Amino acid sequence: MSIRLLLGDEALAQGALDAGISGVYAYPGTPSTEITEHVQKSDLGRSGAVRCRWSANEKTALEAALGMSYAGRRTMASMKHVGLNVAADPFVNAAISGTHGGLMINVADDPSMHSSQNEQDSRVYTDLALVPCIEPADQQEAYRTPAHALELSERHRVPVLVRLTTRLAHSRAPVTINTPRPQRPFSLPDDPDRFILLPSRARVSYERLVALQAALQQESEESPFNRFTDGPDRALGVIAAGIAHNYLMEVTDGAPNRPVLKIGQYPIPLRSLDRLFASCERVLVLEEGYPYIEAKLRGFPRRTEPTVLGRLNGALPRTGELSPAAVAAALGLPDLPRRPGSSVLSSRPPALCPGCPHADTCRAIVDALAPHRTAGRVFSDIGCYSLGALPPYRAIDTCIEMGASITMAKGAADGGLRPAVALIGDSTFTHSGMTGLLDCVTEGAPVTIVIVDNLTVAMTGGQPSAARDRLERISEGIGVDPRHIRVIEPHPKRHAEFVALLAEEIAHDGPSVVIARRECIQTARRGIRRTEGGAE
Amino acid sequence: MIRNVILAGVGGQGLLTLAAIIGEAALSLGLHLKQSEVHGMAQRGGAVQSHLRYGDRPIHSDLIWEGTADLILALEPMEALRYLPFLSPNGIVVSNRAPFVNIPDYPEESTIHREIEALPRHRLIDAVALAKQAGSERCANMVILGAGSPFLSLPEPALLDGIRTVFASKPASVVETNIVGFRLGRAAASKPEVN
Repeated sequence: MSIRLLLGDEALAQGALDAGISGVYAYPGTPSTEITEHVQKSDLGRSGAVRCRWSANEKTALEAALGMSYAGRRTMASMKHVGLNVAADPFVNAAISGTHGGLMINVADDPSMHSSQNEQDSRVYTDLALVPCIEPADQQEAYRTPAHALELSERHRVPVLVRLTTRLAHSRAPVTINTPRPQRPFSLPDDPDRFILLPSRARVSYERLVALQAALQQESEESPFNRFTDGPDRALGVIAAGIAHNYLMEVTDGAPNRPVLKIGQYPIPLRSLDRLFASCERVLVLEEGYPYIEAKLRGFPRRTEPTVLGRLNGALPRTGELSPAAVAAALGLPDLPRRPGSSVLSSRPPALCPGCPHADTCRAIVDALAPHRTAGRVFSDIGCYSLGALPPYRAIDTCIEMGASITMAKGAADGGLRPAVALIGDSTFTHSGMTGLLDCVTEGAPVTIVIVDNLTVAMTGGQPSAARDRLERISEGIGVDPRHIRVIEPHPKRHAEFVALLAEEIAHDGPSVVIARRECIQTARRGIRRTEGGAE
Repeated sequence: MIRNVILAGVGGQGLLTLAAIIGEAALSLGLHLKQSEVHGMAQRGGAVQSHLRYGDRPIHSDLIWEGTADLILALEPMEALRYLPFLSPNGIVVSNRAPFVNIPDYPEESTIHREIEALPRHRLIDAVALAKQAGSERCANMVILGAGSPFLSLPEPALLDGIRTVFASKPASVVETNIVGFRLGRAAASKPEVN
């Protein structure tokens, strides 16, 4: 036993290592990235004993994890909440086929959208896939989660969703570490037919999954992650899920003095819920993200029908993450004396770094489109280059989700837009841009696709890019005319040349790929530092 | 007793290094600790903060409750002001004097200084000059850590050990520069409180 200071993400990863996983499959995405990075930095990861390289996207990651589970091993896939949209197909269908070796799917939600385009709540997906979910409340619980989730998965041959939210993912605390257990040996499923989801067999597998729900409900009733604590003040009972429980304990100084149901495993534990409902006049639901539990409680009259309070009736804000202050207000506690906010503040949004190659690309695109007055549009997507939407660049018109740049530009071109430009990053291109490029090639769509190749996954901290040294060959292999695959270094000194090159490709009546290649200024700096360190 | 510290700055200023050092120090003393950080997109030159909480009893919330911060330790003066609603009535602001101007509408510098100076307890530290004196402008964050150190309720040796631990992979000269910066900051903050 030892004590280590770990982020929630790292505690979860350490728990998985100690629970004997054989591999992690993931694509970087805030706030989930550090789960996989912790495995990569561990002895087991570095030695190759636990497989941990980045996958091309969340869908390939989850499918590979399912494959490793098929081979009898314990494994996990990790992603941010919107990554689960990308992986939704294997997620829903892996529940139907079921698993062999334990499989957990870690999803880090980002309420308040600190680093995301939405604040979707992954618990909603458990209703779609009919799988259980574990939601740890603190770092120590995050550490305990994998052993519990993987056993649950193996007991019922079902994937288990593990939900984290930003504040747990990115908060450190001392964590007590147990003795690791060995990996499971290779073995194949003894009932392999359930993995063949042809309709006739899928119906059988789906019936199995539906029949399993009662057992999963029973698991929740007995789970150590769910706990009912009675208390004297029955005017208001509290349901607190995940880290919301910490805020409850904080503002009541560790003594809520009222009935409290702490929820950390789903399906929602009904027996404890009945106890709470039977004894309280009103029930306040504290949960991070969507009013997921609250919505289920409304409109389901139970014996005594207490009033339900939460995000849907205004007791808590409908959107955004919880805070001690919001929870205190919902409990009716008096405000602490506090200073007013300063009146002289300016907001300071994130910005492209000084010297960033994306800045040069944004300036070149803006100037290349200038002759078209306001006719042209630039479709972009997710990466540091999304910041090109902000002043002083104002270079992009859309940012929806990973890969949407190329396909939206194509659709807009189909609809009559000229010029239609797509701006996509190297790693985003290999994540989900390649199939869109194929669509462009198939129809000869007049789209100018600018791939900003900074040789890394920059926004999440500089992970290796699967696109490295492959972009020209991928573009050519997909079928782009080699004369319209152009490469340039985005640099202030080459601005005029870049603008002229873009103008030529915008004039081309077919798909073009312009690769703007210069290393991320952050990874370049770190590279220099590494060299210096070596010299000393 | 639990100490609540807000660390404030701009992405790239070395805020998370400060958090790591204080965290190491608290951990070495066997204290309970929670330290919330900002990662990802916000780090790109945007406003960043860390909530740091430690003490001799278990800590529930990862986030500090508004009105309960004992200290706002800031690498940038406007960023210090951003978190004023978190400051407890008896709390103190220790901030770098030098603004980090990477936005077009940055307020008048003197207005910001005046607002900090109007607080009952504050220290405005010329961290850049002291860092240069220590040997490198890059240790301005250690100057601010030193300036905040009298208000952290952590013994100085534990913090110095924290610096040595966090910079363990750096050459001895870098560690020494950071320690000198820390000491200069601590001396600058140890003048009697004004107002």
